[in-house]
Amino acid sequence: MGVIPLSPTDLALASFLILALAWMSYRLHLGLEKRILISALRTTVQLLLIGFVLRIVFDLAHPAWIALMAFIMLMAAGREVLARQKRRFKGWQGFGLGVTAMFTSSFTITLFALSAVIKIEPWYTPQYAIPLLGMLLGNTMNGISICLDRLTNTAWQQRAVIEQRLMLGQTSVEALLDIRRDSMRAGMIPIINSMAGAGLVSLPGMMTGQILGGNSPIDAVKYQILIMFLIAAGTGFGVMIALRLASRRLFDERHRLRLDCLVSKK
Amino acid sequence: MSRLHIKALCYQGRGPFNLTVQAGQCVGLSGISGSGKTLMLRAIADLDTHSGHVFLDDAECQTMQAPQWRKQVGLLPTESQWWHDTAGENFTSAVELTLLKRLGFDEDALSWQVSRLSSGERQRLALARLLSSRPQALLLDEPTASLDSANIQNAETLIVEYRRDTGAAVLWVSHDMEQIARVAERHFQIHHEALKEQII
Repeated sequence: MGVIPLSPTDLALASFLILALAWMSYRLHLGLEKRILISALRTTVQLLLIGFVLRIVFDLAHPAWIALMAFIMLMAAGREVLARQKRRFKGWQGFGLGVTAMFTSSFTITLFALSAVIKIEPWYTPQYAIPLLGMLLGNTMNGISICLDRLTNTAWQQRAVIEQRLMLGQTSVEALLDIRRDSMRAGMIPIINSMAGAGLVSLPGMMTGQILGGNSPIDAVKYQILIMFLIAAGTGFGVMIALRLASRRLFDERHRLRLDCLVSKK
Repeated sequence: MSRLHIKALCYQGRGPFNLTVQAGQCVGLSGISGSGKTLMLRAIADLDTHSGHVFLDDAECQTMQAPQWRKQVGLLPTESQWWHDTAGENFTSAVELTLLKRLGFDEDALSWQVSRLSSGERQRLALARLLSSRPQALLLDEPTASLDSANIQNAETLIVEYRRDTGAAVLWVSHDMEQIARVAERHFQIHHEALKEQII
């Protein structure tokens, strides 16, 4: 059984839900209607575009095109991490930090999954490489932006506490320990929760998609387990790298807290 | 026995300041609010960027690791900070019970919830915490600002004895001229460009 194709009318019907939600938000003065509509519009346009792009990239199956696509995805994720920070690092550091962490963890893990686990030939086969990378990048991006946001915000609010600990002769690592732990937890909780709730509370999107697409549930489940592990590892290592880079930048070589390296969003 | 020597210290557009606190000596520091007393203590503890030199005996600040410097040059901020729930968990070195007793606490105080402490209790515990780590120089930023007169006397006596016993140099910021006269051997008033010695 193949998937039942959706017509534009079907989607228009579903979009009434969004319109209704926006209308309620307007009536209840929640102030979310504009953001709901804009992001629904963005989702439509971006996904339609990516559909066309994927069709071309799948047809060409050339490593250069896949690399270009991966690069664009990484840059977009970097921008998104930056946009979600209330207080971010000044200049290129803010962007570079998230990108470095995401690149190191997502790309390594995607490569590992393609070449060692799935063992597809050639390893860059776009039907596998791009969705895998996309899922890893998306989740790692979430983890990193939550974690960095928590780190910089807490450091800002608890400036006096951090400096008190420094005054007592603690190193920058010791003085930031609790905040780092807390930020790590914040970044990891979503994926830990979704692993714990998978199957019981929620059927993950990828698995649902495969089942709707007519695959056997057992095959879909196996892939979903793989994806969960990859995402948890990608998010975890990405968050650790980002935390390490960011907490180093919060201090100078004399173990002074340098909040002047942060700018707050207007 | 340690001498604190400050040479051409500049921070945030202020200075250069020169000051020597001999081993076992206490120097009082006063000045209108906003004159940069706290900033000076922070610069000496190397918490803010600065130029010039600070020596503890012959050792210059930059020649050692910053945490090591701050363990020796202990800064007591006006408002102490606590990051764990109970008071005792916030001590970074072994607690000296005699210090606690001298400040009017017994051992129980270590298990008290920090959030339930009064500002005076916090200030006294912060002093006990700092002295427990045995610094060789003390930078005290209005250390008795939230204390009643009996506790002020306790704290003053304790600090005087600490510097006599250990030979620590003490720089004591206070608004209270009478307190400076009681505890300090010299008194400087801080101005934008220089320190002016006052008669005690």
